[in-house]
Amino acid sequence: MADSKDFIAGVDSNAKKSPRRIVFITRRTSAQVKAETEDQIQTFPEVMFRAAVAIMTLAIVLVWVSLLFNAPLEGLADPSHTPNPAKAPWYFLGLQELLHYFPPVVAGVLVPGLVVMALIVIPYFKVNIEADGLFLKDRPKRLPIFLVIAAALSLFLLVFKVYVALIPTLIIALLMLLASQSSPQSPSAFRRYLAARPLSYWVMTWFLFELVVLTAIGTFFRGPGWSLVWPWQGL
Amino acid sequence: MAKTLDQHFDDLRSTRVWRSIFRSGAGSSTLKRAMAIQQNVFLHLFSTKVRTRMLSFSATWYLGTLTLGTFLILVATGIPLMLYYHPSVPQAYADTKDLQFVVSSGLFLRNLHRWSAHAMVFLVFAHMFKVFYRGAYRSPREFNWVIGVILLLITLLLSYTGYLLPWDQLAYWAITVGSNIASAVPVIGYKIHFLLLGGHAVNANALLRFYVLHCMILPLTAIFFIAIHFWRIRKDGGLYAHSSEPAVLQAQVQGTPTSPKIGEKWGTPDTSGGKEEQ
Repeated sequence: MADSKDFIAGVDSNAKKSPRRIVFITRRTSAQVKAETEDQIQTFPEVMFRAAVAIMTLAIVLVWVSLLFNAPLEGLADPSHTPNPAKAPWYFLGLQELLHYFPPVVAGVLVPGLVVMALIVIPYFKVNIEADGLFLKDRPKRLPIFLVIAAALSLFLLVFKVYVALIPTLIIALLMLLASQSSPQSPSAFRRYLAARPLSYWVMTWFLFELVVLTAIGTFFRGPGWSLVWPWQGL
Repeated sequence: MAKTLDQHFDDLRSTRVWRSIFRSGAGSSTLKRAMAIQQNVFLHLFSTKVRTRMLSFSATWYLGTLTLGTFLILVATGIPLMLYYHPSVPQAYADTKDLQFVVSSGLFLRNLHRWSAHAMVFLVFAHMFKVFYRGAYRSPREFNWVIGVILLLITLLLSYTGYLLPWDQLAYWAITVGSNIASAVPVIGYKIHFLLLGGHAVNANALLRFYVLHCMILPLTAIFFIAIHFWRIRKDGGLYAHSSEPAVLQAQVQGTPTSPKIGEKWGTPDTSGGKEEQ
C-alpha cells in the first residue's frame, strides 16, 4: 500500500459550534468513534439565564403566598396540655397514619428504614435498570409470582384493617393484572402503555400512591383520637 | 439599545478591577462563555455546555433548580430571622411573637421562611420521583442518586428541626410525637431519644440542640452534599437525556459495547481541562 503512515487523522471543522479538534487513531488499535450529533447550548449565559428566571418565578410565587397567608403560631408550648390530635409535620403524617395500625417498631422504624434502604439501592439492581414490560418476558412464571405477592400483601393489610393502604394496593394490582393481559400491539394506547411498564415502575408507582394517600388521610381526614373526619369538620 | 447595554457590560468586564476578580475576561466567543463557567470556583461545578433538549420544561420540570431556589430563599430569610431569635425557653416563643407583631416585616420574613420550607420538602420529593420516572438513576449516575437520597433526608431533618423553634403548642407536640418514634428503635431507641432531645422529654435542651442542628450543622452538611450533587452531574456526563429510549437501555442491559466514553470524548469537547472519565 502506498499509505505508509501509522495513523489516520480526522477533523471536526464545525468551528462555529465547537473548537477545532483533531483525532489521531493509530493502526491496530480500534477506537469506536460514536459522533454525538445532539445540539448543545452554552451554560453561560443561556442555561444560567433560564435557571435565574425559574428561581425568580418561584420567589415571586412564594412572596405572594407569604403576603396572603400567615404561618401558624399557636399558644406557648405547654407540656401539661396535649392537643387532640397531636400531629407531626405533614411529611411525617403518612408514618403517623401507619402508627395507628402497627406497633411503633414496625411503623416508625422498620417501614421508614426499609424505604430509605430501598431508595438507596435502586440504581444497583438490574431489575431497576431493565426497561422491558414486566409481563413481556417469562409471563408464565412471573404472573403467578405477582398474583401470590399481591394477594399476600392485600391479605396482610386486610388482617390489620389498613383499608386506606389496601385500596391503593388493589388499584395498582388491578392495573398490573390488566397489564399482564395487554400486549404491545394492543389497539388501545392505554393498554400498550401498561404492557410496556417494567417492574421498577410498578413498585415505585405503588409507593408514590401509598405515600400520597396516607399523607393526605393523615393531614386532612384525621381528627380527635385519630378518628376519621372530613377536612371541613372542626374548622 | 440592547447592543449599547452589551457594550457597556463588555467595557465593565474589560476593566482592570473586574479582570482581577473574574479570571475570564470580556467577549462573547464560545471560549469566553465556556471560561465564564469553568474559571469560576462556584460555577465550575456545572458543565460548560448542556444538551439543548434538556432545557425544555418537560425534560426536568426544573425541579432541581427550583429546589435550589427554595434553599437559597431559606438561607436568605433564615439569617435575618436568627438576628431576632434566642433559642431559650420561653424567650423563643416571645421572639416569635415579636416577629409577628413588632419587628418590621418580621411577619413576612417568617411566612416566607415557613412556606419556602414546605415548598422545599415538596420539591425534593417531586424531583426524586421525576428523576426516577426518567430513569436518570441509571449508570453511571448511581451514586448521584444516593447523594440525592441523603439530601432528601437532610431536607426532612432541616424542616423537622426548624419545626420546634417557634416553641408553640404546634411545635412542641409535633416534635414530641416525632421524637417518640425514635424510642421505638430496638435496644438503643431510648439512648437515641435522649441524645436527640438532651433529656427525657422535649425541653430547653432539645430547643438548643435543634437550633444548632437547624442553623449550623444541617445547612453546612446540605451545602456540602449539594456541591457534590451538582459536580457529579457534570462528571457523570450531564443531565440524563436518554429517557427510556429502548435501544439505549437494551444495549446497557445486554452489555452491548457502545464505547460511550470514546464517543462522548469525540462528540463533546472536554473544556474543563481535566480528565472527565475518572
